[in-house]
Amino acid sequence: MTSLPKPSSSAKLGLVIDLDICVGCHACVVNCKEWNTGGYGNALSDQDPYGADVSGAWLNRIHTFEVVPEGGEIIGEEGDARVVHFPKSCLHCEDAPCVTVCPTGASYKRAEDGIVLVDEDKCIGCGLCAWSCPYGAREMDVAAGVMKKCTLCIDRIYNDTFEEVDRVPACVRTCPAKARHFGDLGDPESDLSKLVAERGGVDLMPEQGTRPVNKYLPPRPRSTLASKAGALTAENTDGASGFFSWLDGMLERL
Amino acid sequence: MHPAYSIIFFTTVSGFGYGLAAVLGFGMLDAGAVSTKVAHFTALAFISAGLLSSTLHLGNPQRAWRAFSQWRSSWLSREGVMAILTFVPLCAGAWLSIFEGRYVAWIGLTGTALSLITVYCTSMIYASLKSIYAWHTPVTSLAYLLFAAAGGLSLACVFAVFSGDLPALLIVACMAALAFAWVTKTMWRNRLKQDQSPSTPETATGLGGIGKVKLLERPHINENYLTREMGYRVARKHADKLSLLSLIFGCLIPIGLLFLVLLADEASIGALGLATAALVSHALGVVTERWLFFAEARHAVMNYY
Amino acid sequence: MNAEPQIDLSQAASDEVKKTTCYMCACRCGINVHLKNTPDGKQKIRYIEGNRDHPVNRGVLCAKGSAGIMQHYAPARLKAPMLRTGPRGSGEFKEISWDEALALATEWLGKVRDDDPRKLAFFTGRDQSQSLTGYWAQQFGTPNYAAHGGFCSVNMAAAGIMTIGGAFWEFGAPDWERTKLFILFGVAEDHDSNPLKLGISKVKENGARFVSVNPVRTGYSAVADNWIGVRPGTDGLLILSLIHELLKARKIDVDYLSRYTNAAWLVIDAPGTADHGLFARNGDGKALVFDRVTETVVTAETKGVQGAFGGSCKLDDGRKVVPSFSLLAEKYLDEKYAPETVAAQCGVSAETIRGLAAEIARVAFDEEIFIEQPWFDMHGVKHDGYRGRPVSFHAMRGISAHSNGFQTCRALHLLQVLIGAIDCPGGFRYEPPYPKPVDSHPRPHGRAEHVNAGEPLAGPHLGFPLGPEDMLIDAEGQPCRLDKAFSWDSPLSAHGLMHMAIPNAHAGDPYPVDVMFLYMANMAWNSSMNTAGVVKMLEDKDEATGEYKIPKIIYSDAYWSETVSYADLVLPDTTYLERYDCISLLDRPIAEPDCVNDAIRWPVIEPDRDVRGFQSVILDLGARLKLPGFVDGEGKALYSDYADYIVRHERRPGIGPLAGFRGPEGTKLGRGEPNPDQLERYKQNGAFNSTHIPMEAQFFKHANAAYQEFGIRMGFFDKPAPVTFQLYNETLQKFRLSAEGMRKPQAPETHREQILTAFHPLPEWYQPFEEAAVDREAYPYHAITQRPAAMYHSWGSMNAWLRQIHTKNVLYVPGKICDSVGLETGNWAWVTSAHGRIKVEIARSEAVNEDTMWTWNAIGKRAGAWALDADAPEAEKGFLLNHLINELLPPKGDGMRWSNSDPITGQAAWYDLRVNIEKAEPGAQSEPHLPRTAKSVDGVDELRYGQEWD
Repeated sequence: MTSLPKPSSSAKLGLVIDLDICVGCHACVVNCKEWNTGGYGNALSDQDPYGADVSGAWLNRIHTFEVVPEGGEIIGEEGDARVVHFPKSCLHCEDAPCVTVCPTGASYKRAEDGIVLVDEDKCIGCGLCAWSCPYGAREMDVAAGVMKKCTLCIDRIYNDTFEEVDRVPACVRTCPAKARHFGDLGDPESDLSKLVAERGGVDLMPEQGTRPVNKYLPPRPRSTLASKAGALTAENTDGASGFFSWLDGMLERL
Repeated sequence: MHPAYSIIFFTTVSGFGYGLAAVLGFGMLDAGAVSTKVAHFTALAFISAGLLSSTLHLGNPQRAWRAFSQWRSSWLSREGVMAILTFVPLCAGAWLSIFEGRYVAWIGLTGTALSLITVYCTSMIYASLKSIYAWHTPVTSLAYLLFAAAGGLSLACVFAVFSGDLPALLIVACMAALAFAWVTKTMWRNRLKQDQSPSTPETATGLGGIGKVKLLERPHINENYLTREMGYRVARKHADKLSLLSLIFGCLIPIGLLFLVLLADEASIGALGLATAALVSHALGVVTERWLFFAEARHAVMNYY
Repeated sequence: MNAEPQIDLSQAASDEVKKTTCYMCACRCGINVHLKNTPDGKQKIRYIEGNRDHPVNRGVLCAKGSAGIMQHYAPARLKAPMLRTGPRGSGEFKEISWDEALALATEWLGKVRDDDPRKLAFFTGRDQSQSLTGYWAQQFGTPNYAAHGGFCSVNMAAAGIMTIGGAFWEFGAPDWERTKLFILFGVAEDHDSNPLKLGISKVKENGARFVSVNPVRTGYSAVADNWIGVRPGTDGLLILSLIHELLKARKIDVDYLSRYTNAAWLVIDAPGTADHGLFARNGDGKALVFDRVTETVVTAETKGVQGAFGGSCKLDDGRKVVPSFSLLAEKYLDEKYAPETVAAQCGVSAETIRGLAAEIARVAFDEEIFIEQPWFDMHGVKHDGYRGRPVSFHAMRGISAHSNGFQTCRALHLLQVLIGAIDCPGGFRYEPPYPKPVDSHPRPHGRAEHVNAGEPLAGPHLGFPLGPEDMLIDAEGQPCRLDKAFSWDSPLSAHGLMHMAIPNAHAGDPYPVDVMFLYMANMAWNSSMNTAGVVKMLEDKDEATGEYKIPKIIYSDAYWSETVSYADLVLPDTTYLERYDCISLLDRPIAEPDCVNDAIRWPVIEPDRDVRGFQSVILDLGARLKLPGFVDGEGKALYSDYADYIVRHERRPGIGPLAGFRGPEGTKLGRGEPNPDQLERYKQNGAFNSTHIPMEAQFFKHANAAYQEFGIRMGFFDKPAPVTFQLYNETLQKFRLSAEGMRKPQAPETHREQILTAFHPLPEWYQPFEEAAVDREAYPYHAITQRPAAMYHSWGSMNAWLRQIHTKNVLYVPGKICDSVGLETGNWAWVTSAHGRIKVEIARSEAVNEDTMWTWNAIGKRAGAWALDADAPEAEKGFLLNHLINELLPPKGDGMRWSNSDPITGQAAWYDLRVNIEKAEPGAQSEPHLPRTAKSVDGVDELRYGQEWD
């Protein structure tokens, strides 16, 4: 079962993350933790929670990068460095190495929607899947000794007890900046696929050959304010007296 | 990569065990000799100890039996299956030697083949991981096989000398294996040092189009599973020093010592001492090499850190 | 091939959902608290999510809100009332019963009230019930009450209310749907954060331009289309330069100015007289204008008047007068505000400033919006629709927390008004109950004649003086309040000066107090400047008596903060999920521009400790002290608890804490008799009430007859309260006259220079005081804090999830400084100010103003506090900038010590800090490292929250 399945449908469920809008607030990170610690599989444990070495299992984390233009596209005011907040969770790769390396069949990719999951009852906690993932999408739960990863909130997205609108991953539902989108990337006509096409969505580390389903929308190109400066020309330069005669004219027209 | 002692121990000890088993499979030692019987036992003991230690780092070792199921795709599973399969000819060979004092070539050679395949499977656990550039090369497998051979031959030399033999072929083969192993290893490490991994912080984030990418803030301040497991960093200077030491102890000293054994005219205590010293020195070198194998390997995920 | 495992995909999330209001920050979002039974039959919180129906957050929830579970179950929760047994700071307490605790508090407070009510200082911090706490303090009779606004937001609030009758922060918002240019100044990412994030997202989705003005490019600034890394404290100059450019280019909305502002009001030009610079008024005090049509001087209120903006004329009494706008235009057309002139000072290129001005002008006038919707102004004139200038601004602490912050905030409002972008489509919009004119707010009370032993204070503590005569000073000009609010130090300190309460009480200046009663304010740590100094003041004893200089401290909080260890009596509060609360229109409202909202909290889970909601406790104390308003004629308690108060209290007849579901049937809004079923109705409605503002009342609320009528119906005011924007501010001129000796009370000689520096009737930029006071060579850089989005002040380190995100803080140092000082990421450095020095770990950053280093606010913790292990990184490596900031400015040789505050409002000038930096030896601990305070619980080795449901 560790072998990648023949997809039983064209569906490729995944996330699209908009780096142009993510403000790095960590809402998705924590909401993911609270949903999933009581949800699918074992809890997401935290070791030394009130001590020096506090550390826990999380399925989604936000990195903060500084990007310094070096002959790249001009962004913000020319030459300015910028900050990009970068949420990262499992990309549900089509060629998921974490699935094929698993010796027990615990790690698998669902044929019907492409979600990569861990059957925790089979997981021996060898950690090889985490090694095989270039993205760091998998984290061992130290307490349970099993591998944890993003399930795309499989216990939400098909949940009949939820209202339709809530059948999305917790991170998507909670994102205050609406920087996260969920849907079927296997359907070229889906809103999500169109968004990716329109915004030039990219794969992370395409050279790894993993063919991630999740896509990232890069920051949009921007124009500087300085380039607009010419638009503002004084009507005349007579100083205050010129200004007041203009003003009188304006008041006359009211 | 975090150099976990259980894994270093496992790969080193099982390498020696399979290497010795492979040498025994050729029937180069007198099957009836006590030392050969001990050698058979040693090979099996090393292999078993290695396999047992490999389960130490498992989160749920009680489910380890499940690891035999995915041999179609998983090198770890294949290794497990092969390890079990290999026990069959090895145990048979050991039985024949220990209890009947004889060597049956087809059984021995089957053992040799399976031992080498098992070592190859072990090596492929690492070499198949594209996410770790340093490992993702056929040279990794070649090095594992050559180290197993060198280790097995070093052990075999000791047993041979102990039984009163001075088999030149064996000793020369051992010296050759040692040399080839370290040449391969040097090639491997040069590739690592050049690090032409196509993955960079820019490809990892897709932000290369707008500039050079540098981490400003970690997602969580403390170490996490990923950084503990994959974020091990060893200073280049320190690694170079260790690498040189591993070459000296693992290769140069053993070759020198074995050369002296070759010069000896009889399998004296002195020769035994030299062969044993060569083995111990080699083992030290290999442990160092194995530590570096993990410690120096950079995982693609570190492009995010 | 094995089969895929069967997964139960449709498990119900929980057994029960209770909707209440979040309190993980000041945002006050609606939340759905999912409760689930554990196998042993206990109900535990399974999940907290945003309430989709809630007008504030519309379903989303931030990191803090999502970490509510860990806040609720944090080991740092206080468990029972405590009486101090060891010395202050030791954290040694014994638990006592509530009866004992309340009896002791009553004894202490009762004595003060009977003797001299001024000897109680009652200050509340992150208080969301100021309407009650203020009322309680007023009934008690002490003049010494305030919440934390003085060290937080008062510049913004006072400048806004005094200029446009409303303010940024959480009292107004951009028209997110329609704006086409959004300009954000120095925002704290932990305030109003979900609405802001939703809004920024909308702005970007609509393709509007988003410009951020902030020295640091994190958080929202990271996604801005343009980032202006302004030098701290120069925002005001930048804004005035934009105004200069707009005036020069004639890009102002003359019609708007004419309708809604005091541009035409005539200002008396009679230097050297007591009326100079004041508005010319008729006998009824109505401001006068020169009508260009009739060429006569008439009152500004005259229907159809067309006031002149320029020229000058003479009044009947012969005094020369000029329209205020002519003073304004002349002032800002001066080349000293030209982009080239200010560029170096602001650290922003002239081209960028000019480009921003050009974009503002282009969007305001070329992308005008018109919404067809007939409406009537206050003169009964019908308009066909709302004309929108879709340029919106928002600002917060970044411009507020400077000693020139008040004037900077005024400058920003002036800019908005000049382009006609207040409460129009696409612009900044008021959130009800704002706007309100400044004179509809009360005057402050606290002078000797307002204070009598055993009696209530004569009126509310806080308000807006309209001139020096409304200050709280005695005949000698000395302050009446402990914090010296409304004194010559800071005459318009509308929120009080909580940050001065401890230093002044310690110094006995203006007088000592007997009891200090604090709620939810971490004054022994991050909420004080000069933290180590404040800690010493709390520990300091009178040598003669051996008693603490601040003799009795009562403190209430839900968690073991640093301040708990300094209390003598601790009253443990509940968590936010265990209490009743109301988010009231009488308090800090949560209204949105097109709907009036209020909300409740209610106990969705029962406390498992001996704790009580603070508001219920002060109601109890009020009854024990027999305070009017808290007991009936027979001295019996009027309210059984806070829930009872919320329902039955009426501030004015028919107006209570909650506006929804009033009247016997629960059908009345705003005004109506108390409804015993009101809380139930709120619970059924998702814990909030939201009333839509009719479209004909939604814009130009300050002058919209339908809105004014709506406001009366809702009970915001009893008669129409339109606002005329005060571009030229007469109150400030009155203080100038006092400082010039032309008006009574006269400002003392000592304060005249400062008043003349800061009090200008038109927005002015002056150098921040610390920058002016210190040697710029010795302290060449700025150091500021930023608010992390995942932490609320100090309130998050006890949260096992949030603290993993910010376990410690480092100082981010610009690349240019790193290169000049020889610093690299991971190095340690000494950072020195005129007041102190700290040793901290640094990291290099490029996305920051080149002269400014920064760190996250309030991540550093004191060892032992918050139930963290003493070696927690928060305490070992984390640090506060507070140690570098004094509540007083460096001496300037005049024998006085001036407060490190805005001289107008008293707002703490956190961001004026000037520093130097040098490389240090690597350290294991940041310095200063205060000795460990108590640790209240034994550690927990591992958390597996939710494993019980696996």
